[in-house]
Amino acid sequence: MLVLPILLPLFFMVVLIFTRRWLAFQQIFSLLATVILTFFSAMLLIDVQQNGIATMQVGSWIAPYGITLVADLLSAIMLVTVAFIGVVIMIYSPGFIDKGRQSAGYYPLAFGLLMGVNGAFITGDIFNLYVWYEVMLTSSFVLIALGGSAEQLRGSIKYVTINFVASIFFVAAIGILYGLTGTLNMADLAYKLRTIDHIPYINSALMLFFIAFSIKSALFPFFFWLPASYHTPPIPITALFAGTLTKVGIYTMFRFYSLFIVENLVFWKTFIIVIAGLTMTIGVLMAASQYDIRKILSFHIISQVGYMVMGLGIFTVGGIAGAIYFTIHNMLSKTNTFLAGGLVYQRSGSYDLKHLGGLYKASPLLALLFFIPAMSLAGIPPLPGFFGKFFLIKGGFEAGDYVITGVAILVGLFTLFSMVKIWNEAYWKKEPENIKHGRVSRRAIAATSLLALAVILLGLFAGPVSQITLEAANQVVFPEMYINAVLGR
Amino acid sequence: MLFLLAILVGVLYGAAVYLLLRRNIFKLVLGLIFLGHATNLLLFVAGGLTSGFPAFLRNVPGETERMADPLPQALILTAIVIGLGVTAFALVLVYRFYSVTKTVDLDELSENE
Repeated sequence: MLVLPILLPLFFMVVLIFTRRWLAFQQIFSLLATVILTFFSAMLLIDVQQNGIATMQVGSWIAPYGITLVADLLSAIMLVTVAFIGVVIMIYSPGFIDKGRQSAGYYPLAFGLLMGVNGAFITGDIFNLYVWYEVMLTSSFVLIALGGSAEQLRGSIKYVTINFVASIFFVAAIGILYGLTGTLNMADLAYKLRTIDHIPYINSALMLFFIAFSIKSALFPFFFWLPASYHTPPIPITALFAGTLTKVGIYTMFRFYSLFIVENLVFWKTFIIVIAGLTMTIGVLMAASQYDIRKILSFHIISQVGYMVMGLGIFTVGGIAGAIYFTIHNMLSKTNTFLAGGLVYQRSGSYDLKHLGGLYKASPLLALLFFIPAMSLAGIPPLPGFFGKFFLIKGGFEAGDYVITGVAILVGLFTLFSMVKIWNEAYWKKEPENIKHGRVSRRAIAATSLLALAVILLGLFAGPVSQITLEAANQVVFPEMYINAVLGR
Repeated sequence: MLFLLAILVGVLYGAAVYLLLRRNIFKLVLGLIFLGHATNLLLFVAGGLTSGFPAFLRNVPGETERMADPLPQALILTAIVIGLGVTAFALVLVYRFYSVTKTVDLDELSENE
């Protein structure tokens, strides 16, 4: 059961590699495959919620010697969200990506990416985590370069370089940590860190991890690569990246902070909160100065990642629960805004706000499909962005972190500003004279609507969802459950 | 030995960073290769050096003290394979970039043209 989120995408990928020539089959099969993946991920979530943390020792080598797979509530929630995003992307892609790219291996690569992401969510071994990161990154390297236009190649070189460097930091940290503790199992590491009084040089390893993951999740000051590369591939690929990749970095940070930070708590808390504040502020300010829809949205990814890290910095059950809810909301809403941006492109042939306009009058449906996730990101009730920010801010006040909470509220206003900017320029402004009137794919509209519906439902059912995130946060803040579940004590 | 290896790791990292900061795009890839190798060596050194002993022995009682830790070696092997794949991809990417833009200058990466 636990191994299915990894095995299923692997199986689908293999099937898709061998059927590359039959495009129609690939399209239908991919959609079906992601639905199956979502179903099993949801089953896993229900199982974990009822029976507690699920573990599996691969090859029956008991922990800490073998590789352990673990799913706690946080992992299971992320699995379900990613699989659902997969469904939406697979409905959307055939209507947007050109045939050349589709038959050049888009579908198998997308499943490679999903396999890496899922693996990173459920592994309990630190080196295995690195391997899953590489599976995910290698797929994303090819996806971002797929098609090979000059613009894409420019973006890919930056993307590949920075991610390679981040991976190097990651492996170096693993090596040092192994040298210091003699174990790679995450639960066993956490146990050792708690029982051995003081391990010298441990902070240098932890800081290397922090740098690696802050590059991967685009935190200040390592965010510059994201807006320089994310806007280059076709929009479904950007949307898939936006919904999954940076969030894996965030997930790993949550996991590591919960398990490995046992010393110097005051330093880490202050450090992370300062980084979070800078990330959200700078991201949103830079977004305000852009005129390309994709670039505005890319800078917003950075700003929103800041919120999640803020929850981590607060590190109370309330704060973490808020951050987890916010992450789910962000994965859905962010992907949704990118997909809505793609609809605009199909309709008007441009992403540049200066060349857009009049879409509200010309096509109210497109306007609505952008309006829902945009207002959700800006934090307007009853959409989930409001609840996400509300839980976070409530958590911040309860923990007494007033400064960062104030910054978060202020940044929310700026988010509203740049969403309104897209709205005004693309939808409300008078239509420019020589605008193109393209055909918008029905599949793309269906996919965007489905996701918008999910966003609305997440907002309407904020109560029950926040119950689950509270339980998940409880497991994160008190990692003893996780450690005991893996080590079988 | 440890001292020498530590210096070697440092030199490799230094060379890698120097190459990464060059403007030539092929030197960038060379920099990535160096960075990968420096880290593999770092793993090897950090995992604890045991000179003169193999990583695997037959199941003889009391032999475990005369054994090198096999795990860092396994890790390095994995890291080398992954590094090889990524390097191959980076080389193809850079070559494609060269054949599309006819330049190897990293400044061409900026989008202001």
